[in-house]
Amino acid sequence: MNRPVFRKFAAAPHIVWAALFIAAPLAFVVYYAFTDEAGAFTLSNMSALVTSPNYRAIFLRSISYALIATVICLVIAYPVAYIISRSRVRAQSTMILLIMLPMWMNLLIRTYSWMVIIQDTGFLNGILSAVGLPNLHIINTPGAVILGMVYNYLPYMILPIYSVMVKIDNRLIEAAHDLGAGGVQVLFRVIFPLSISGVISGITMVFVPSISTFYISQKMGGGSYDMIGDAIERQFMNNYNYNLGASMSLVLMILILVCMAVMNRFSDEDTGGVIV
Amino acid sequence: MKILSKICMGLLYFFLYMPIAVLVLFSFNSGRSTGVFEGFSLYWYKELFHNGDALNALCNTLIVAFLSAAAATLIGTAAAAGIYKFRGRFFRGALLNLTNVPMMNPDIVTGVSMMLLFVFVGRAVGASTSLNFFTLLIAHITFNLPYVILSVLPKFRQMDKNLPEAALDLGCTPLQAFFKVEIPQIMPGIFTGFVMAITLSIDDFVISHFTTSGFQTLPLLIYSMTKRTVKPDMYALSTLIFVTILLLMILSNIPSILEDRKKKYKGVNR
Repeated sequence: MNRPVFRKFAAAPHIVWAALFIAAPLAFVVYYAFTDEAGAFTLSNMSALVTSPNYRAIFLRSISYALIATVICLVIAYPVAYIISRSRVRAQSTMILLIMLPMWMNLLIRTYSWMVIIQDTGFLNGILSAVGLPNLHIINTPGAVILGMVYNYLPYMILPIYSVMVKIDNRLIEAAHDLGAGGVQVLFRVIFPLSISGVISGITMVFVPSISTFYISQKMGGGSYDMIGDAIERQFMNNYNYNLGASMSLVLMILILVCMAVMNRFSDEDTGGVIV
Repeated sequence: MKILSKICMGLLYFFLYMPIAVLVLFSFNSGRSTGVFEGFSLYWYKELFHNGDALNALCNTLIVAFLSAAAATLIGTAAAAGIYKFRGRFFRGALLNLTNVPMMNPDIVTGVSMMLLFVFVGRAVGASTSLNFFTLLIAHITFNLPYVILSVLPKFRQMDKNLPEAALDLGCTPLQAFFKVEIPQIMPGIFTGFVMAITLSIDDFVISHFTTSGFQTLPLLIYSMTKRTVKPDMYALSTLIFVTILLLMILSNIPSILEDRKKKYKGVNR
């Protein structure tokens, strides 16, 4: 306490670690993105992303699928979070636990379990055939990819919204009712403004993993609906074109930073309920 | 309204658990089909244990989880102890922001960026393969660090600042004051950070996918199992994982359930 100078050295290992394994790798992403295989400066990786219609399609698809999945998650999660937050306190913890339990399963298993159901020869079609109904083709469609995202990331939307809503004082809602507000008015003018920080962190927590996924699109889309994550993974694991892969990662990172900056504009305070 | 809420919640839980239930069901299927249940059998469980991959991967996962969580807890707690004393707002903010990068960045970018570093260094020193167990361990420590610091730092801030000072006044050396007074105060934060790091490490697939080769953890094994046409032994493995998680959740909740019971019991007596 008397010699806080020495105390600060306790952070030294972490500072070295962060410089070596957080800052340096990011610098390498930038370095590889702007060099060719020989290590000479080039803009061709970046320009390839803009000019190639294939990559443009991949980026647009990633953004739109992630947006749709986020909106669907929000539409489902908002009423669910509201219902839980207005339940009895003892029931609340059980309800939340039941929502978190599937999250403890690995993403690969959760995604694969849906494949088992919606495959052409899967469980769902097995049941449909048994009852004599025509089979459905769901797997390898954009809808299947979005279903995979919604299933995997829905809890990330419910939990932050719930944790903000549970703090809303019931008396505020009663007061609004007493002062003549109808149900819809209470929702839009009292509950929603008070829960906005949870909504914002929920949107970020669903959008970021959705836009950058590669396993979900690989399995549920059958490889026909590539996302940014698939393109990056292919460059690093199959084509070994690290420079192109790095340029895509850089664009993805910037894209997400911009989205987050825009989102933070919407929330004036960061008292949001971030549940990790 | 009450009934409507119940229906909504019922549908949600059906949506969340139906896929897992189907997976569990078909792990007991005697045939290979995922469309028709042909009959009950434990064949796929036998098959799973027959080849040692799963047990090996489980061991690897636990080793990496434990080592990376321990290292991250050590480095992270020391870092929090130092950062707590930082006066300069700018440097402190910059350091915390840098620390949080792996938490904010999509996993694939974290994984790819570390892979670039490892490959670059590997090529520079002329190693034949640059990705191995140690690169995986480094990657796991790195993404665990922000979570440890995030759970320890607030405990330092909540601590009564007079306590370590009192210890010093009573003759402790600064080191003694730190270990005998401050550490017990922040222990809950250290514990939370450690447990969180273990679970994150066990669960991680994306970053591991890019930062190791030849060393197989459970998520990596599952990935390679789902890459080919899947045999139902993967369902058996998933079922075992789910049952383990379920048991752990129940066990960790027993204390609070007992507490509730006690309260209820007392309430009845009164």
